[in-house]
Parts: sequence; C-alpha cells; structure tokens
Amino acid sequence: METLENIKLNPEGYLTDFSQWTPEVGNNIAREEGIEMTDDHWKVIHYLQDQYKQEVPLSIRKVGKSGVVTIKEFYALFPQGPLKISSRIAGIPKPASCI
Amino acid sequence: MKKNVVILGAGTAGTMMANHLHKKLGKKANITLIDEAKEHYYQPGFLFIPFGIYEPKDVVKPIEKHLPKHARFVNEKVVNILPNENKVTTERGLNFQYDVLVIATGTHIAPEEIEGMAGEFWHKNIFDFYTFEGAVALHKALENFKGGKLVINIAEMPIKCPVAPLEFAFLADDYFVKRGIRDQVEIVYVTPLDGAFTKPKATQELTYLLKEKNIEIIPDFAIAEVDGANKKIKDYAGKEIGYDLLVAIPTNMGAEVFETTGLGDELNFVPTNKHTLQTEIAPNIFAIGDATNVPASKAGSVAHFEGEILLTNVLNYLDGKPLVTDFDGHANCFIETGKGKALLIDFNYNQEPVKGTFPIAGIGPLKLLEESKLNHMGKMAFKWIYWNLLIPGRHIPMVTPRMTLKGKKI
Repeated sequence: METLENIKLNPEGYLTDFSQWTPEVGNNIAREEGIEMTDDHWKVIHYLQDQYKQEVPLSIRKVGKSGVVTIKEFYALFPQGPLKISSRIAGIPKPASCI
Repeated sequence: MKKNVVILGAGTAGTMMANHLHKKLGKKANITLIDEAKEHYYQPGFLFIPFGIYEPKDVVKPIEKHLPKHARFVNEKVVNILPNENKVTTERGLNFQYDVLVIATGTHIAPEEIEGMAGEFWHKNIFDFYTFEGAVALHKALENFKGGKLVINIAEMPIKCPVAPLEFAFLADDYFVKRGIRDQVEIVYVTPLDGAFTKPKATQELTYLLKEKNIEIIPDFAIAEVDGANKKIKDYAGKEIGYDLLVAIPTNMGAEVFETTGLGDELNFVPTNKHTLQTEIAPNIFAIGDATNVPASKAGSVAHFEGEILLTNVLNYLDGKPLVTDFDGHANCFIETGKGKALLIDFNYNQEPVKGTFPIAGIGPLKLLEESKLNHMGKMAFKWIYWNLLIPGRHIPMVTPRMTLKGKKI
C-alpha cells in the first residue's frame, strides 16, 4: 500500500503539488484525520477538486449550496472543520484570506 | 463604423474603464454606462466613518462628475443580458446593443443570506460597514456604546477588501482607548478561516498586533444564524457566541442579473479568465473588479491593475488581435493598524505578502508588512489619488500593473 512518504506536504500537512494526489493518498490522509471514507465523502472530495481546478475560491456555505451536500451533512462527514479537513484529503490548498 | 461599448456599473472599475476607453477610442466609439445608482462612493472611506475619522460627506460624489464628457450615463437597473443578441435590457425596457460589453457591477453584502441577520435588529445592534448607510448608522451606535462585547464576524469568503474587518478591529481598539473605556470593551474577531492571518509570512510578522491590542480571535466559525432576541451568533457545529454589538461582514454577492440570467456562479460572480479578463460568457464580454470570479482580492487596487490590461484587451478584441494574458492577480493594500500607523502589502496570485520596500526597491519610502506612520499617511493620501488619478484612468507613478519582486524580501 502506498504511504504518504513520497508526497510533498507543507508544514500543516497539505499537499503542495496536486498532481501527486491519488485516491490512495486521499485515503491515507483521511485515516490520519480519523475519517473512514464513504461514497458521500468522495462526492464532496471530487466537487472540491473540480472547483479547485477551475480556481474557484471555496467556503463552507458555497459547498452547502453546491447540491452535493447540505452544510449539516458536510459537518457530519468531516466533523471539526469540514472545509479544512476535506481540502487536505482532496489534496488542495487550505482555504485562505489574503494575508 | 462607430463601435458601441456598454459598461455595466459605474463604480470604481466602470468609471475608470469609461475614462480609459474614451481616451483611446475618442470619437471611434459610443461609450454607455448603466448603473442604478446616482452616487459614486469612495468605498475605502467607509472604514473611517464609524470612528468619526471621516464625515459622510467626505466619501460621496455624483457619478456623472467623473465620467468622460462624451460618455452616456443611463441611470437604470439592468435586468437582462442576451449574449446571443449582443444586447442588454433595463428595468424600464430600454435595450442597448453592444460590440463590447464590460461588466463592472461589483459585489454587495447580502445579510438576507444568513438566517436572522437582516431582520428587526439590522442597524439596531447588528451593523455592517460595507454600505454608506451601515457605516453612518454604526457611527451612531459606537458613539452610544458604553461598554460590553463587540463581535466582528466574517460570514464567508470571498469578501470585498478582505483586510477591512481586521482594520476595523484595530481602529475599534484605538477608538475605545481614546474614549477611555477600552477596559470595559471586549473585542472579539470571529472568522470562518483558521486565523486572522492565514498566510505564513503575515502570521509570523503580524500576530503580535492582536496580542498588543487585546483582540480575541475565534477561528473556524462558519455562521449559520443570528439569534437577535438573545444577542447570539451560532455556527453550523453548534458553537454560540454572545454579543452586545455585532459588526457583521455578511456574504458578498454579485449583481442579481447574473442570478436571473444564470450567467453567474453560486454567488453571482462572473466566470472570467484570470489572465485576460475575458468572460466565459462570450468573446466580446469582459469583466473587471469585484464582479469577476478570478481568485484575486476584491479590492480597488486590483480593479486598477486590471484596468490597464483590460483596456489593451478591449482594443485588441476590436482590432481582431490576440488578447494579452498579463493580469497576475496584483493587489496593493494599506492596512490601518490604529494609533496613526498602517501596514502596506503588495502581492499577486503566486506571491504572498512579504517584507520589503515600495514602490522603489531598497528605498521605499513605504515599508511592506511593517507598521509605519508613513504608510498611514499613504493611506490618507490615497483618497486624493483615487479621485484624481485612479478613476480618471491616469497612471499612478512608479506603480506597475504587474507585481514586481524588486524590493521584496523573499
């Protein structure tokens, strides 16, 4: 099984090179976060990656409006900071302000 | 034949583009601006109104005063955009044909997006400072504030002028110190992000400011509703924060017409190429400033830097030449930190804000990511630059549309 050993991560554990992402990498990060991935989790991850590729800034409410999950479901899937944790699993940067 | 250029929105970006295009095209084009407002606001000044640093009259002038003489101003609301017919329609049924359409409709706050926010307590003990009315009402509320818990809450990103809420917190600290009641006021900054600063260099350089000013940060708070009767905000995870005075930065959204036409994204921002500023709607439709979905800050400086590039691309489009891909996300923002000081940051899509000197490498006189009195004077001088250089479409000396790495300590 592939590990996170050869994957470039920043000090906070986010991928610095999205092209290194594979579902296996996502699974490993999810395990570190204590999350067992289901189809519903993957739907969110694919939506986030899609938005990231289109360079659309993300927010929790935006995910809630996406039609993929409601905000309540988003919290249920990734408790304790849904967007931060799901972004990490998706291999995309942590959501940021300008400074 | 004369070309028809129609600009939607006569704010910072729209007014500036009308002036840019008029200078280049002169009598070769008819320039029409459509905006439902009559007043042009100096929006950076909204931050200063609550604290009595600016008077309401300091930030407002008639739109028409700043437009080129031969431009036509239509004081109407646009209700439809028909890309296949190259036509826009206004509320009173006027139609405007265009060869090139420039979208500069900006963003506005949408407190109705948050349950309980826009109700009976709006502008009673829940205020915004992103509108003229909100800033003026908040000034009165601050004057009457005798002490208690002041909560500043960002609903979600992206927001216009992302540093303004933090500046508001710093200026509030200064304001209550001057009134001699700082020890009776608790200032709490509640953000959906994981800190007040989220970029590594800024966090390293600026975290001291929050400690020095005794501002409490509550991160990772995604507001779900306001319970106005009990003076509490609640998030989706079930966290609750009480307040005596709530300064809300509600969801920011683009113009309604992008929702009704389906041409915008979920927040009604216009899908736009981040380097050329051509929209994905049609090759002859461009967008600038806060109205776009490009991953740059929603700020006047960004609109300014986009302006010179968009001018080139509109002219190139009309001449049948390829577009330039020059926009790099450049933003340049003063950040008031209170006590007559300010910071300056200069960054783009790829380069986070760092220390250094600006605009002349090694000399400055302005310092990047460091507090100074001169930076504050720069911010105050900016009002003159705005009315006299920026919206008339004149070049600001030594400041280039593309960000430079010179003078930056990378």
